Amino acid sequence: MINKIGSLDEALSKISDGCTLMFGGFGGVGNPPTIINGMIEKDIKNLTLIGNDAGFPHIGIGKIVSQGRVKKLIASHIGSNPVAGQLMVDGKLEVEFSPQGTLAERIRAGGVGLGGILTDIGIGSIIEDGKEKLLIGEKEYLIETALTADVAIVSAKKSDYYGNLVYETSARNTNPLVAMAGAFTIAEVDKIVPLGEIDPSEIVTPGIYVDMVIESKGVDWRWAWE
Amino acid sequence: MGMGIDIRNRMAKRAAAEVKDGMVVNLGIGIPSLVANHIPASFDVMFHAENGILGMGKSPEKGLEDPMLCNAAGIPVTIKPGASYFDSAIAFGMIRSGNIDMTILGGLEVSEQGDLANWIVPGKRVPGIGGAMELAKKAKKVIVVMNHTSKNGEAKILKQCRFPLTATACVDMIITDMAVIQVTDDGLVLKELMAPHTVEDVIRLTGAPLIIADSIRVNEDC
Repeated sequence: MINKIGSLDEALSKISDGCTLMFGGFGGVGNPPTIINGMIEKDIKNLTLIGNDAGFPHIGIGKIVSQGRVKKLIASHIGSNPVAGQLMVDGKLEVEFSPQGTLAERIRAGGVGLGGILTDIGIGSIIEDGKEKLLIGEKEYLIETALTADVAIVSAKKSDYYGNLVYETSARNTNPLVAMAGAFTIAEVDKIVPLGEIDPSEIVTPGIYVDMVIESKGVDWRWAWE
Repeated sequence: MGMGIDIRNRMAKRAAAEVKDGMVVNLGIGIPSLVANHIPASFDVMFHAENGILGMGKSPEKGLEDPMLCNAAGIPVTIKPGASYFDSAIAFGMIRSGNIDMTILGGLEVSEQGDLANWIVPGKRVPGIGGAMELAKKAKKVIVVMNHTSKNGEAKILKQCRFPLTATACVDMIITDMAVIQVTDDGLVLKELMAPHTVEDVIRLTGAPLIIADSIRVNEDC
């Protein structure tokens, strides 16, 4: 019988110092809080981190960034986390910026077995520096390479034992993309239900992409708007 | 309500007048986010968010926020009937494929040709690109709402942008605390003033040549 349910300790044993870690979420919403807190407690550091943004200093993945646990960040945005900006200016954090939609597609490409994508976004800006271009017909495109990670951590509302995932409203955001791009994907979910309980047409991420499911202890941070 | 808020809302109100019934609109962070408050209630406008919402409604009442239901800035929102959720790749697919009728964005600099710089001040503040490149390049109409000058009083509308560009030749209209300027093939056209500013004030604080429209509307109340 396939049963992907694991404990937090088992999940954390898959995340090691120096690994490439991809996270789901957008502005903190949809970041997996229990795994993030566990990583901090376990003092995991030296990460190459890939995800939409650097969260807020004390919210979500932002905590990992603010505490200097990241050597390189590939993201579209760090403006909501001034600590990340300061670390970058001080040379303590390398940041590779990707336009948000390009980043999402690079992650998706990584998860669906493609080498990269072609896009005209970024042409005429410094984003094109050092990147190959391709002419298709008369239109010029940038080649943007796919992204994958050793471990991907995502958050979802509901999962069954096979790891089929259902998301909650806008907390879906980058989670279904990130879930596909990890060599080992851990889903932190609010509720684990028996196989067959989730309507198959409701499933957003098929369990084939998920290697481990853990139950969430819930968000324990105060949101920036509170 | 402070003076700063009043000026911000004046700009937002003027930008809202560009939104037509039935449009799909994406609002940027900051002043653009205030535009939604000034859209007539009778309008059926679908507000799009890059994180993955189409059909955002008004802000939730205090205490009734859903922490998982937020816009791209992480601010709680609601949805209205007909709304949908999707992942961020689809959200940007909608943008790149030309399905967004209008975007209203903040700006650091806009050039005479409609180039926009709004994501990085080299060596200083590094907010990051976010979704601005896709929106600026692919929305059918791009409106930039920003203060006419920087905090130091320097022009932000220039012959050429100094900061790294977000996208080239993308801006259709610039709405500032002083004026409304249309970007045309012939250059920048000053079409409206925000009272009490004068044509001379605007020319003095603009770093690019302005074509003065034949009749200039003065916005008293917005």
